[in-house]
Amino acid sequence: MSIQRNDWSLQRKGIIDQDRHKERVKEAIRKNLGSIVSNESIILSDGKRTVKVPIRALDEYKFRFDYKKRKHVGQGDGKTRVGDVIGRENQPGAGTGAGQAGQEAGAEYYEAEVNIDEIAALIFEDLHLPFLEEKAKKAVQSRKTQFNEIRRTGVIANLDKRRMIMENIKRNAREGHPARFGDIKKEDLRFKTWEEVMRYESNAVVIAMIDVSGSMGEFKKYVARSFYFWMVRFLRTKYDNVEIVFISHHTEAKEVSEEQFFTQGESGGTVVSSAYQLALDIIQQRYRPKDWNIYPFHFSDGDNYYSDNDEAVRLAGELINTCNLFGYGEIGEEGSASYRRASGALLSIFKDRLKDQERFVGVRIDDKEDVYPALKQFFGKRGVETPN
Amino acid sequence: MEDSEIKALEVSVEQIWEIARKFGLDPFPTNFEIVPATVMYEVGSYALPGRYSHWTFGKAYHRMKTMYDFGLSKIYEVVINTNPAYGFLLETNSPVQNKMVIAHVLGHVDFFKNNAYFSKTNRRMVESVSTHARRLMGYEFKYGRKNVERFLDAVLAIEEHVDPNFFIKREISPEEEKRRLEHRRSEGRYDDLWHLDDPSFGRIARDAEAIEPSPDKPREILPDKDIVFYIMRHSPTLAAWQRDVMAMVHEEMEYFVPQMQTKIMNEGWASIWHARILRDLDLTDNEHIEFANLHSGVVSPQKGQINPYYLGYKIWEDIEKRWENPTPEEREKFGRPGGEGREKLFEVRELENDVSFLRNYLTAELCEELDLFVYELVDEEEWTITEKKWQRVRDQLVANMTNFGFPYIQVEDGDYNGNRELYLKHSYEGTELDMRYARKALEHVHTLWGRPVHLETVIDEEKSLLHYNGEEHQED
Repeated sequence: MSIQRNDWSLQRKGIIDQDRHKERVKEAIRKNLGSIVSNESIILSDGKRTVKVPIRALDEYKFRFDYKKRKHVGQGDGKTRVGDVIGRENQPGAGTGAGQAGQEAGAEYYEAEVNIDEIAALIFEDLHLPFLEEKAKKAVQSRKTQFNEIRRTGVIANLDKRRMIMENIKRNAREGHPARFGDIKKEDLRFKTWEEVMRYESNAVVIAMIDVSGSMGEFKKYVARSFYFWMVRFLRTKYDNVEIVFISHHTEAKEVSEEQFFTQGESGGTVVSSAYQLALDIIQQRYRPKDWNIYPFHFSDGDNYYSDNDEAVRLAGELINTCNLFGYGEIGEEGSASYRRASGALLSIFKDRLKDQERFVGVRIDDKEDVYPALKQFFGKRGVETPN
Repeated sequence: MEDSEIKALEVSVEQIWEIARKFGLDPFPTNFEIVPATVMYEVGSYALPGRYSHWTFGKAYHRMKTMYDFGLSKIYEVVINTNPAYGFLLETNSPVQNKMVIAHVLGHVDFFKNNAYFSKTNRRMVESVSTHARRLMGYEFKYGRKNVERFLDAVLAIEEHVDPNFFIKREISPEEEKRRLEHRRSEGRYDDLWHLDDPSFGRIARDAEAIEPSPDKPREILPDKDIVFYIMRHSPTLAAWQRDVMAMVHEEMEYFVPQMQTKIMNEGWASIWHARILRDLDLTDNEHIEFANLHSGVVSPQKGQINPYYLGYKIWEDIEKRWENPTPEEREKFGRPGGEGREKLFEVRELENDVSFLRNYLTAELCEELDLFVYELVDEEEWTITEKKWQRVRDQLVANMTNFGFPYIQVEDGDYNGNRELYLKHSYEGTELDMRYARKALEHVHTLWGRPVHLETVIDEEKSLLHYNGEEHQED
């Protein structure tokens, strides 16, 4: 029988394994980017830095009973009777969790707390503006910090401990002491220093067009906006100086503010050519192709007025000729398979009539999880990149 | 904590020990260790100090530690079943909290030492797990951390599927068995008739007829409840280090199984003794009030749920009452003379586990007093109380505890289809498996077995077979 108190300050096991867990979370996030990209809590994060997203890959799978099909035993306050309802499904906390090991039903799946900036970094890793060309006018800058030098003086936060220890050991050996770490002196210190590298790129403008006609239901608008959410973020993170023009259209198109673009709901029919015409007008007035890299993107459900299709194709062809890349995303009904598409939909017409155009990218989205692949198709690496 | 406080605590430990002995408790000598919260939660999330590394422990640690940091929950005590035993005290505990924890820990240690289900546990487990941890670290170094981690993921998916009576099998070593078999063959043709009275002989004889052991093929007796051990021995694909990892996990589970089998009894037992010991201890009035608060926090009903501390506590109290002061009816019907309360308590703590404890000692009166009920999901929407008849409630509770709350799954065949495929069978007892989980767990089993795996179970009241061949799932 004894009471002891030891020094546990070096005990790190829990923390080390916590890091292993974090690593797993990261890995799972990387693998599940598709579903995370279009997760409501991120798109609707409203400026919050971190959000919680469910990640199923982190469940600890076992053979276990179906919690909802099992009978459980509980304890009441003395007045319970058969037929009393003690909890409802989808109402966490009430009536669940009989408290036995390994079957806490509350934790159906693991919710990882993710930092939106980190997610963004993962998503944007391989994205860039394709077919970017050098243009005459003021440059787009992208700035990078590079740690590329070691100095004897510097900010203590940038201390290079590894090099310092090596220097220290070397000095001790030089001075005839045992070649061991100890007795640090100022001359052992080594600091990492950085240089800011400016990269000058060409001017770029992105024209974001969205269909807000009556047929664009909740899901479709959500998908279009989550695409643009990430696109805007991506452009602002990677490029210091990209301009974005927002256009929304139904039968008529108009230029709107960013906030309107992401929030407004409207109704009416669809005349796609109106948006393209406005885009072309804006290009002509403000962004002359000689000076600018221009990237128009358009999201719609493809439900265009039949009589407008020829005009839309013609203007799309014009956009392709004046711009670096024209992207068109067509959003289907939630969960519908592509074969259900009516042949009159715009995407199939574009694909048919613009198929030789290298600078046209058409994408179909039937599911929230298709948003990430769409981003990659528009902004991902291409096989060959030939300026011009 | 001040040194003077530690001195005072040492005095208390001696006093508590003396009182416990006086009550008839018989614990192993116990060392108490005062630790900061980080260590407390570490030991709590690994269940033993010094265990191997795995992200699932890190996840548990992170959750517990966060709950503590936000003041949502607090562990007062962690106890380790070894000889000598270890009790961990949180350094922020008040003196009364520490006294209660010490008394509570001695209750647990007495239970560990004397309950039959613990009689085979390894009392030097802390040393064993740290050698396991070292070996695993060696494997991580040699075969890559990711590889070891993935493999552990698969093993941990089935870790509960061990045989609680494994030690019975293990006690017959292969050599011993061979000797017995040879011994039997040397007898005359009808000599076994002489042994008909000996039950153990019959079992071995039958087994021996079923499987003639050959030197290259390990002995198989099917069905085998111990999936971990079976796969470890018979998997066609595992490397030596992987079998070693499985052996380690198996050994650790063997150690934990009795704790999983006696949760309600053990917590109830520790709770009645901490209450009685503290009552005998010299506490000031303020300390008494603090203790009463703490005690009622531990031993209190949780609405809608079962608090094992409370349920166990109530049953133990009831047993003592019914054997100390039997009702006239009990005196007559069961011939209980009365005055045997204490004796009965110690008998039950020696012989039962949760399942038999509840089946034998949860009475109609207790069910009513505790207002126990069975509830289930009705129309996939409302959790509704569907049963209050005490036998049904008791039986449901017992059913949910059976096999420590996990589905009972056995290895039926290790050479299914004549193709070294593994056939598992879930003994369906009215509750279906979580199918999404079952499929994923089957993938883990496939990782271990390396060839197609099958699971027989019941879906929508029909016998169903899940198959997984390493690439795709099938079902029929």
